[in-house]
Amino acid sequence: MLEFIFLIVIVVAGTGGELCVSRAMKVIGEVQDFRPAALVHFVFRAMRVGWMWIGISMMTMAFFSLLAMLSIENVSFVVPVTALSYAAGTVGAMLFLHERISKQRWLGVFIVCVGVTLVWLSRR
Amino acid sequence: MKDSPGLHLKTYIFIFFMVLFAPLGNVLLSKGMKGVGSAKNWAPGEIFHVLSSIMTSGYIWLGIGCLLTFFVAYMLVLTWADYSYVQPASSFSYAVVAMLGYFLLGETVPPLRWMGIFVICGGVFIVGHTHPRTTEKV
Repeated sequence: MLEFIFLIVIVVAGTGGELCVSRAMKVIGEVQDFRPAALVHFVFRAMRVGWMWIGISMMTMAFFSLLAMLSIENVSFVVPVTALSYAAGTVGAMLFLHERISKQRWLGVFIVCVGVTLVWLSRR
Repeated sequence: MKDSPGLHLKTYIFIFFMVLFAPLGNVLLSKGMKGVGSAKNWAPGEIFHVLSSIMTSGYIWLGIGCLLTFFVAYMLVLTWADYSYVQPASSFSYAVVAMLGYFLLGETVPPLRWMGIFVICGGVFIVGHTHPRTTEKV
C-alpha cells in the first residue's frame, strides 16, 4: 500500500513538474550558445520564470517519494512503474485542459499501462 | 523543430546524455537508499534520522549529480525540441535502468519484468508518434 502511495505522488507531481518546466523552457526560447558563462546565464534566466519554480517544487516532491520507494523496492522495478506518468499526463490533458485525445494516443497509453501492470506483477 | 542535420545531431547527443545519466542517477540513488534503509513507522524523529543519513550518503550525492546533468540536458533540449518528441525518445532509459540494475547492483530481473519494460517502451513509442495536432482542443 505504501509503495502505491509513493508511486501516485511520483507520477502526479513528476508529470505536473515536467509540464511546468517544459512551459518555462518555451518561454525562454532556443539555446544556441553552450559556453559555460552562457549556460550559467541560461540557468539564471530560467530561475526568473515562475513556471520553473512551480515545476521544481513538484519535481522535488516526486524526488523524495522516489527516494522512499527506492529504499523499499529494486530500481529495475521502481523506474519502469513510473511510466504510469504517460497515462496521468494524457488523462490530465483530457480532464483539465479539455483536450480530445486521438485513438492512437489512447492505444499507446493502454500499452504503457499493460507494461506497467506486467512490471508490477513481477514484484517479489 | 527546424529540420537541419546539425539540429538533429545536437538533439541525438543531448538525448543520449539523458538516456545515460537518468538511469545512472537512479541506480546510484537506489544504492544509496539501500544503505540508508527505509523508515519503519514514519515518526518525525525517524524521518529526520533518515533525512540526515540521506544527506551524508556519497552515493545519493553522486546520483543527484547525475540527475542534475540529466536535468540540464533535458532543459536544453526542450528549448528547441518538442516535449512530445523528447519524451518517447527518452523511453529507452527504462531498459537502460533495468540493465544497470542487473549488472551494477546484481538485481534479479525476472522475464516478466523485461517483457513489461519492452511493452512500456513500445507504448511510449506509439504515444510519441502521434501527431501533436491529433490532440485537438474540443
